[in-house]
Amino acid sequence: MNALELQGVGKEHEGTPPVQALRDVSLTVESGGFLAVTGPSGSGKSTLLAVAGTLERPTRGTVRVAGTAVQAMSDTELSGIRSTGLGFVFQQFHLLPTRSVLHNVADGLLYRGITAAERLERATEAVAAVGLDHRRTHRPGELSGGECQRTAIARAIVGEPALLLADEPTGNLDSATGREIFSVLGRLHERGTTILVVTHNDELARRTPRTVALRDGRIERDDRR
Amino acid sequence: MKTHSRLRAADAWRLAVLGLRGRPVRAALSATGVAIGVATLVAVFGISASSRAQLIAQIDALGTNLLTVSPNSGFTGQTATLPARAPAMISRIGPVTSDAATSDLSDAVYRNQDIPRVDSQAIAVKAADVNLLTTVQAHLWAGQFLNPETARLPAVVLGHDAAAALGVDRADGGVVVWLANQWFDVVGILEPVVLAPELDRAALVGFPAARQLLHHRAPPTEIYVRTDPTSVGAVESVLAATADPATPQDAAVTNPSDALTARAEASAAFQSLFLSLGAIALLVGGIGIANVMVIGVLERRGEIGLRRAMGARRLHVGLQFLGEAATLSVTGGVAGAVLGALAVTIYAAIRNWGTSVPAGVLAGAVGIALAVGALGGLYPAWRAARLSPAEALRSA
Repeated sequence: MNALELQGVGKEHEGTPPVQALRDVSLTVESGGFLAVTGPSGSGKSTLLAVAGTLERPTRGTVRVAGTAVQAMSDTELSGIRSTGLGFVFQQFHLLPTRSVLHNVADGLLYRGITAAERLERATEAVAAVGLDHRRTHRPGELSGGECQRTAIARAIVGEPALLLADEPTGNLDSATGREIFSVLGRLHERGTTILVVTHNDELARRTPRTVALRDGRIERDDRR
Repeated sequence: MKTHSRLRAADAWRLAVLGLRGRPVRAALSATGVAIGVATLVAVFGISASSRAQLIAQIDALGTNLLTVSPNSGFTGQTATLPARAPAMISRIGPVTSDAATSDLSDAVYRNQDIPRVDSQAIAVKAADVNLLTTVQAHLWAGQFLNPETARLPAVVLGHDAAAALGVDRADGGVVVWLANQWFDVVGILEPVVLAPELDRAALVGFPAARQLLHHRAPPTEIYVRTDPTSVGAVESVLAATADPATPQDAAVTNPSDALTARAEASAAFQSLFLSLGAIALLVGGIGIANVMVIGVLERRGEIGLRRAMGARRLHVGLQFLGEAATLSVTGGVAGAVLGALAVTIYAAIRNWGTSVPAGVLAGAVGIALAVGALGGLYPAWRAARLSPAEALRSA
């Protein structure tokens, strides 16, 4: 089964004049895949991620997440899809400063309706998976940028989503830390996580088995290594 | 894969508290407005309830079964008189347990014969029955009341204010006052009489003395009637006709405790001013909470976007902010209720009252605070909920 299928997706942002962020994009991500979406600023990368993540509705075309067509779903149903099927990592870490690493990660399961004890148990595993065992009880203010982003990644994968979407996860990090984050993503991919990462860093993008290059809202290249 | 996201009630509550703990100073400041409003409401209700309880206890102690009969002042301005037989007639009413008359004299009383005549200090000289003290349940501050013996003698009992005006502070037989060109012994001084305040500025002599020494023949001007407590209404309705069968409209019947009860009610009317002040403070507190929450929504767009990305529904986001507003205002409400109750306790202690803060008032005040917070949080919660996830994340 495919983790994500976009078919003829177009997205027009309102305004004068309207901005064509995506034009007729068709893209399939197989389960277990790891792909980087690259392109210059304004090429539509982030819009592609938002549409794939059901955060935004496409103007045209169909979107399937883990085989389920989502374009006709209500806002409430889309929330359900996001809580169970998708994990997100952003350039900003969006960690709660008053909560420990473990609690921040456990919050990734908050909208699943499971008990706090179970959330913490699963968070412990996710924290270990990103190599932050020794930082479990620390607060975000006590962590380096790389550690903060690894916490955010753990929060995204704690629910074992069908697809992990990362939007410029290294945008706020130096290049060594950026490579470290891609290594973490690589290890998660080896363990079976499906990952779509948006980056404007071509060097990092080359570390993934597949790179999709966007330009002006269209797919320019789709390289598989 | 059609599963709805769910948020456990315990987690929703935890989120509300967590959001406030992140900005403790701001939370405390915005809860203060509500606290002040609630404290005002509780203090006003509590103080007036304590005052009313005090007044009612006083009325209960004095009894509501005292009635007075006096001549009506007619439309023409000329005062009617009660028949001389009125006290005797009233005594025959079954449920009347005691009755005592007073009769106004035209004489004045002075500290000594050298005081100018005009300087009467508005002290009324009255002839009084010897059982007046027990009928009106007055108490002696010093000395004794008139008895059948002293009622015949040049002896006088002074009301509390009259004694003060004359500068008399003892009643041990050594003090005399100048009354109708003769010396009268001061045999007693009364405490203030709550149900018959007209006695406070009176000098009371016995009826026999009034007749023999002062040549007073006038009919009674005030008859105090104590009845069986269960028959007050029945006695009240027949009293005028009994006192003055020929012209009952000339006899005015009053119940002095009615005046006290009316005072208790009047104090309730007074609170409305303070209550509106409290309500305004609460309103301002509610607006303050709304303001702080709106700012919070703007600042926390990133968090809102992330929560929506993690699967939070609009409802979950709205509830989180509504919960924060409600928690803020309830915290303020509880603090205000404690402060208000403390104020009532201190005020009552200063005035020697029993403290009375009805539990209903405390619960109501916290309830009102909750309502204010919920109303104040409604708009910010709606704004947070309707933010689209992509927009929230982009603008963060």
